[in-house]
Amino acid sequence: MRHIISLLMENEAGALSRVSGLFSARGYNIESLTVAPTEDATLSRMTIVTSGSDEVIEQIYKQLNKLIEVVAVMDLSEGEHLERELMLVKVRAVGAVREEMKRMTDIFRGCIIDVSDKTYTIQLTGTGHKLESFLQAIDRSLILETVRTGASGIGRGDRILKL
Amino acid sequence: MELTGAEITIRCLQEEGTEYVFGYPGGAVLHIYDALFAQNQVKHILVRHEQAAVHAADGYARSTDKVGVALVTSGPGVTNAVTGIATAYMDSIPMVIISGQVPTYAIGEDAFQEVDTVGITRPCVKHNFLVKDVKEIASTIKKAFYLAKSGRPGPVLVDIPKDISNQKTEFSYPSSVNIRSYHPAQHSDLEQVKCAVQLLLAAKRPMIYAGGGVILADASKQLTELVRLLGFPCTNTLMGLGGYPATDKQFVGMLGMHGTYEANMGMQYCDVLLAVGARFDDRVVGNVKHFNQEKRKIIHIDIDPSSISKRVKVDLPIVGDVAHVLDDLLAELHGSKEKPDQQAIAPWWAQIKEWRGKNSLVYKNSDEIIKPQFVIEKLYEVTQGDAFITSDVGQHQMWAAQYYKFDKPRRWINSGGLGTMGFGLPAAMGVQLAHPDAHVACVTGEGSIQMCIQELSTCKQFQLPLKIIMLNNRYLGMVRQWQQFFHGNRYAESYMDALPDFVKLAEAYGHVGMRIEKPSDVEPALKEAFGRKQQLVFMDFITDQTENVFPMVQGGKGLSEVILAEDL
Ligand SMILES: Cc1cc2nc3c(=O)[nH]c(=O)nc-3n(C[C@H](O)[C@H](O)[C@H](O)COP(=O)(O)OP(=O)(O)OC[C@H]3O[C@@H](n4cnc5c(N)ncnc54)[C@H](O)[C@@H]3O)c2cc1C
Ligand SMILES: Cc1ncc(C[n+]2csc(CCOP(=O)(O)OP(=O)(O)O)c2C)c(N)n1
Ligand SMILES: [Mg+2]
Repeated sequence: MRHIISLLMENEAGALSRVSGLFSARGYNIESLTVAPTEDATLSRMTIVTSGSDEVIEQIYKQLNKLIEVVAVMDLSEGEHLERELMLVKVRAVGAVREEMKRMTDIFRGCIIDVSDKTYTIQLTGTGHKLESFLQAIDRSLILETVRTGASGIGRGDRILKL
Repeated sequence: MELTGAEITIRCLQEEGTEYVFGYPGGAVLHIYDALFAQNQVKHILVRHEQAAVHAADGYARSTDKVGVALVTSGPGVTNAVTGIATAYMDSIPMVIISGQVPTYAIGEDAFQEVDTVGITRPCVKHNFLVKDVKEIASTIKKAFYLAKSGRPGPVLVDIPKDISNQKTEFSYPSSVNIRSYHPAQHSDLEQVKCAVQLLLAAKRPMIYAGGGVILADASKQLTELVRLLGFPCTNTLMGLGGYPATDKQFVGMLGMHGTYEANMGMQYCDVLLAVGARFDDRVVGNVKHFNQEKRKIIHIDIDPSSISKRVKVDLPIVGDVAHVLDDLLAELHGSKEKPDQQAIAPWWAQIKEWRGKNSLVYKNSDEIIKPQFVIEKLYEVTQGDAFITSDVGQHQMWAAQYYKFDKPRRWINSGGLGTMGFGLPAAMGVQLAHPDAHVACVTGEGSIQMCIQELSTCKQFQLPLKIIMLNNRYLGMVRQWQQFFHGNRYAESYMDALPDFVKLAEAYGHVGMRIEKPSDVEPALKEAFGRKQQLVFMDFITDQTENVFPMVQGGKGLSEVILAEDL
């Protein structure tokens, strides 16, 4: 099953490689991994999307907790949570396509953040599923490049991961 | 007064009460060696290869309850040390390794003798640090010792660039450490302990399975008290030997791949299993599916939550330090109105006695040819079971584990998790330094000994009167045994050809060498060797080439599907 795990860790050089090294050394899946500092500059927050049997997820959780620089771990998918991902898509946009792309972007509540005479760059946020749908909805042959951040997650309401 | 980073490093070791540093110098650690030279509180043992430095620090740590310390230079110094570090990591041994690094300004430039030490060692240390500011040396070393020893122990590496070890700052050693992200478990949940007592008292076919965690926690006193109080059978893993006295009647021997019949059958058919500081290794439970065919309740005490339900699902986890948890269990048992019912488990003991009757460790002795098992039995007798025994890896290791009855913890020193050939001799050096008056013997094979044989020179320099018990079968015996069983007797590259004359070799290093070829010479030779209190004696026992280790549970098989010597 797919799980989304959030963790807080010391904002130190090398901490990221301990997490990614753990996943590759133990053969765990990583679908995506995002990391950035938090409002507290000494801490980074990471969101990892992974999948595995219940036993594997339990081990991932325990192994992450065991890393010395990891301060707190939460399996967001154990409860109510939100997840969002940002995607930038550059498409070929000439002639009639320009109008069509604009319309699709609006439908998906995205925005066009860069325009040239032949291209649009579209910014879109949402769940991974929504981003997929957008890519399905437009003419694939027009896509020049896509870049996705991977999911960031947060618990709903009182579910808070804080020091 | 301001001190250099190198001086601070040594002061930190002094503060930690470090007696010995095992090391080897080189460019990146020259300042540190200079600081070592200027004092005589911390003694340095110059090995002949960095792998040996780490194994020696490891042996020192395993035979005491202290942290072992090794010091190596950058680049090849570190890469040579990696085998030793991984060995300690797999067996959870507390150790601090200090490595030199190229100067901070040269890092990343493929400088001379530069390797990414933190990167290379990351998967085989509990934690590691690169110190980039001289002001952080003291706090980092303090943390390193704390991390190495607390919680589930393990090796911690501190990488110090050369310029940092030469810069100056004020020295003050922190009196305490606080790592906000690290809170190892100590005390157990009392509710869990109560449930455990209930389960134990209700057991009809109980088994206590104790591992290396008992040794690491110095909890054999509590374990012994608990086992006796309950009247239950107790088995030890390879790493747990000595955690419960092997000569006690409630001890059923080692379990696992080469464990006794009664231990493995007991493990398979028990109804309540108490696992104490043991990690259900694949060499211990064999095929997990097969193991799970029998229904039993499992209670697991371990300080590391990730050891629990990793390979075998556990019913009652108790996370905490073995010593504390066993104290709590004992208090709960003493306070409980219900007492262990010996009547209720009498049929189980009768069953165990029947299994014991198989005599699974029996072997055919001979008047003509030395049987390896016989050498270990004699070694046990001659040393009155009171020696420190280190071992290398192979058949000889298993025979030492099976036939030397360890009654005390920290006497049996071997590489279980990584299975590192070459471990025995350097580990014995560390043990002998920690226990200068004790008998220390290294049980080895002619294959393993050659992996760190250069340390005979270190032994000469520091006058370490080890006894090397080499079971010379002219084979990489453990490999040959597997080839015999699983590869149709095709002995690919497992024959040890062109062996040196070990007697001459020992003599060349300045020691005493002995070759023993007749069974009747075994005991007198051992007596003579152990009588030579000041000398290292290298004993080359020419043993039966084709002897195999039994019992044997083949890889992928279940614990009750064991092969006994009598089956063949
Ligand atoms: C050739 C060869 C053959 C082998 N055959 C066998 C065999 O037949 N039988 C066998 O048993 N092994 C055998 N081994 C060894 C095997 O590979 C494992 O190393 C061993 O079984 C592990 O022992 P253990 O479970 O006691 O765990 P250890 O590796 O000793 O782990 C200790 C456990 O205790 C926990 N712990 C540590 N400190 C504490 C504390 N203070 N409080 C609570 N918990 C703590 C740790 O978290 C860990 O889970 C063999 C090895 C070799 C090289
Ligand atoms: C460094 C290393 N390389 C290879 C092995 C694989 N291995 C395990 S036992 C063994 C044979 C050991 O031979 P010897 O030391 O003569 O012991 P014996 O089994 O003959 O008693 C080998 C090669 C290992 N454990 N360690
Ligand atoms: Mg051999």
